[in-house]
Amino acid sequence: MALKKVKGNFERMFDKNLTDLVRGIRNNKENEAKYISQCMEDIKQELRQDNLSVKSNAIAKLTYLQMLGYDISWAGFNIIEVMSSNKFTLKRIGYLAASQSFHCDSELLMLTTNMIRKELNSQNQYEAGLALTSLSCYISTDLARDLSNDILTLLNSTKPYIRKKAVLMMYKVFLKYPDALRPAFPRLKDKLEDPDPGVQSAAVNVVCELARKNPKNYLSLAPVFFKLMTTSTNNWMLIKIIKLFGALTPLEPRLGKKLIEPLTNLIHSTSAMSLLYECINTVIAVLISISSGMPNHAASIQLCVQKLRILIEDSDQNLKYLGLLAMSKILKTHPKSVQAHKDLILQCLEDKDESIRLRALDLLYGMVSKKNLMEIVKKLMVHMDRAEGTLYRDELLSKIILICSQNNYQFITNFEWYVTVLVELAQMEFGSKQGHVIAAQLMDVSIRVQAIRSFAVSEMAQLLDVYSSSNQFSIMQDVLYAAGWLCGEFSSELKNLEHTLKAMLQYKKLPQHIEAVFIHNILKLFARLLERYELEHKYDEIIEYCDLIDSKLSESVKSAELEVQERSSTTLIIVKIVKEAILERKQDRNEKIMDDDSFDDEKKEDATLAAELLSLFAGELNPVAPRAQKKVPVPDGLDLDAWIHEPLEESESDSDNIYDDHLFIKPDKTEYKTEKHVELTEEELQKSREARKLEQMNNPHYLKGAASKKFDYENVDNIPIAELDIPIKLVTAGQKRSDKYLTIDKKKKKRKKAKKSRKSGSSSDEVEQTVGLPLMVNKNMELPEGATLSDTESIHDNLDDPHRALDIDLETVPTHEKVDKKKPSKKKKEKKKVEKHHGSHEVVNLLETGGKKVKKAKKDKKEKLNKPGYEEAVGISTPSKEFQ
Amino acid sequence: MIKAILVFNNHGKPRLSKFYHYFSEDMQQQIVKETFQLVSKRDDNVCNFLEGGSLIGGSDYKLIYRHYATLYFVFCVDSSESELGILDLIQVFVETLDKCFENVCELDLIFHVDKVHYILNELVMGGMVLETNMTEILTRIDDQNKMEKQEAGIIAAPARAVSAVKNMNIPQQIKDMKLPDLPQAIKDLKF
Repeated sequence: MALKKVKGNFERMFDKNLTDLVRGIRNNKENEAKYISQCMEDIKQELRQDNLSVKSNAIAKLTYLQMLGYDISWAGFNIIEVMSSNKFTLKRIGYLAASQSFHCDSELLMLTTNMIRKELNSQNQYEAGLALTSLSCYISTDLARDLSNDILTLLNSTKPYIRKKAVLMMYKVFLKYPDALRPAFPRLKDKLEDPDPGVQSAAVNVVCELARKNPKNYLSLAPVFFKLMTTSTNNWMLIKIIKLFGALTPLEPRLGKKLIEPLTNLIHSTSAMSLLYECINTVIAVLISISSGMPNHAASIQLCVQKLRILIEDSDQNLKYLGLLAMSKILKTHPKSVQAHKDLILQCLEDKDESIRLRALDLLYGMVSKKNLMEIVKKLMVHMDRAEGTLYRDELLSKIILICSQNNYQFITNFEWYVTVLVELAQMEFGSKQGHVIAAQLMDVSIRVQAIRSFAVSEMAQLLDVYSSSNQFSIMQDVLYAAGWLCGEFSSELKNLEHTLKAMLQYKKLPQHIEAVFIHNILKLFARLLERYELEHKYDEIIEYCDLIDSKLSESVKSAELEVQERSSTTLIIVKIVKEAILERKQDRNEKIMDDDSFDDEKKEDATLAAELLSLFAGELNPVAPRAQKKVPVPDGLDLDAWIHEPLEESESDSDNIYDDHLFIKPDKTEYKTEKHVELTEEELQKSREARKLEQMNNPHYLKGAASKKFDYENVDNIPIAELDIPIKLVTAGQKRSDKYLTIDKKKKKRKKAKKSRKSGSSSDEVEQTVGLPLMVNKNMELPEGATLSDTESIHDNLDDPHRALDIDLETVPTHEKVDKKKPSKKKKEKKKVEKHHGSHEVVNLLETGGKKVKKAKKDKKEKLNKPGYEEAVGISTPSKEFQ
Repeated sequence: MIKAILVFNNHGKPRLSKFYHYFSEDMQQQIVKETFQLVSKRDDNVCNFLEGGSLIGGSDYKLIYRHYATLYFVFCVDSSESELGILDLIQVFVETLDKCFENVCELDLIFHVDKVHYILNELVMGGMVLETNMTEILTRIDDQNKMEKQEAGIIAAPARAVSAVKNMNIPQQIKDMKLPDLPQAIKDLKF
């Protein structure tokens, strides 16, 4: 035996240890991967040996390799072997490897239950501590359930080191096994007043984490925390407590009132910046929650803002950052007090630190007014030019759009300026993903501000021009979507139809959704052009454009995207029909020109073709309210829950039924589906019928004769022809044009000051005219009849809160906890207050029947635990001496 | 809660990685890489907080880091942690390392990742701050080191002798000296 041991050790001397491995990797920088794969082979060899210390050496090396990105899950079983060693040195290696490579879904974990339990009950506090630390990294639901009692026992250990770790461990157990919270809570609460500060701090930490997710259950602990806050000197713990109060106050305004005084004292007295900062944060939270009715309310706000100003002015960038962060919280409720420090915030925009600039940007939306909007945006645009890194650029861009568009463009006095800004943004060269935001803004502004349409369209036409004429990309592609669409939709506002159409026809490779829009709008433009040329009888030109479109689109027909394919083939066929008709007319006309008499007759006929085509795109588009879809009323006699098809009878077991209920009630999607179906039957069907008729009309197979006759009756005079007069000179795109407006604005102001009495009257100045466009923002949003916009729904939208699951799990806790707390009745006044407010019927009821319920619950648990399938928890009945 | 603790050098080589949320190994590497890119391009005189970093991200999370000579210490935390508090914690961590390794430098971390892990485990457990008092932390570490030494006793002696011989590998020492930590290379000799 001894010989074997010596031999093992002797062999081991020549194995590579961790240091050798690290050194080897450093020496083989060129072929690191090869070297490591060689080492992996060695490790596999070592793992096959019986000697545990050889194995642990291998595992230590694996842990290092794991950090370098190598998957070591294959060695899971060996790790467990090493964990089970009775030598602390080896055990440590094993537990470290486990904490680095295991995770809560590892199947091997079930092998560890008993081993870890043994370790937890070990006489040696460091062995138990080791197990706890490691377990905290990979605890699974099963482990949590099986070990929760053992860990709970450790809460009463004589060693503070163990108690501390066990307290923290309980949080992890709660996360995985929420049922444990109920029985464990009283003990956890006791730990808040543990003699050891470390344990106390750990308990505060755990309650803070719990309360963050479900604060109302922990309101009743407020007195304990209040006492801790006024007595403790441990800054780390104070910070946590103060943070916790910040989460509790929104639920209990009275608590906030009580807090203000000690917190302000702390703000005045503490020298620790971290504590000061958290105090300010919580005072802000308090002030937000009470919002009014406090005598020294304004004073507290002032104090906070002042202190924050000191932080922001500090040379330490960290304090500056945090100061701005806290300011943004105040801004929400007390914008005025923040606005007083506008100078400081604007100054921070110039900071060299990106994080600080980002924070200052957040504050900016509260700082703008009609007067300074242009200047602020100009500054931001300069930043855009200089900024590196897409994150900051994207942020700048979205902030520019946010401050301009907030409250239905409240602060914009000159929309031409805004459109110009948007166009300039679109032309900035960077691979931003924000193109669609700009596009959406352009479309929104043009649709809602009628007066700006002609200007916007001319800008868009120019954009298209630049796009088609330059080879490399200097425009965000998504903006082309808006450009194409606006030019097409408001083609009546276009100055130079031919030019724009040609520019659009030169599109290169585009993302499919944009290509589809282009194709569609080319048709719109073509229709408009047709209208004009028909009047002038320029048949040859029309035919020329027909050919142009034809040649371009015949490529798009081959596109892989269905949408593009469909649009282009539709357009192609329409153009083909038009071409045929025009050719016919050309002939007619040539004949008729010889015969002058029938001229009038023919004029009528001419117009119809364009009118017919234009009628495809007739109708005003209105902005649609954001939640309009949800507001569509359910028609009478429609039962959304009724089956459209009776479900097929299936052989289902009882347990499946519960599932089924959820499946069909919960998801909203199914509802929408049914809604859509119904809509189709009502009026959409009518529409689609019309559409189909139209299509049939345009289909060569249906065309002959009927179509042209039908439109004979229409009158030329009925066709609306928009007058095009755009007073603005066209400027080549790519310059800083938005600045112009700023100077104009300033000039105007000066002039206004000069002649206060007369506003417009005699100003023949062109400048005045362009600036003074009527600023009507169409605020009407389309909604289904009878529906109104309300904000109630938006609250429920935030479904992806990561802690929702835990919230629900903890829902059952307060009942128990409150009941439990009733008996010792520690704090009188505070607690009563709390209960008055939050002791709703639910609590009252529980006070009567609570005790029983709790007992029942406990019984249930015991039964559960005794169910076959688990082993009896050893730790429950016979805890080791150490813990008693 | 702390989501992850990363230590890497000025070139982005990981020296310690501790994840308190599960990520696959590939993902971990990607996170380290991305975090390094985010952190390394920042000047030394800017603030120590950083938002974003899509991998570890989520709006609630922040990167809080400190840069010491050749090493970056990065903590990824959510909003329940105090920003300045975590900065202090990093300081405590580094000071503890300094005490344990006597003038800590990058080489210590390279060759003794396991020890660094053990030290870290006395500060943070499962993503929650366990202890911030340095004397307490040092006592616990010392106690455990003593336990290891006791166990090692005579059995490990030959192994130690061999590793001492290995350490005398002269060309290697010269290679090590390329690093800025000259005194450290000498210190290694003593092992």
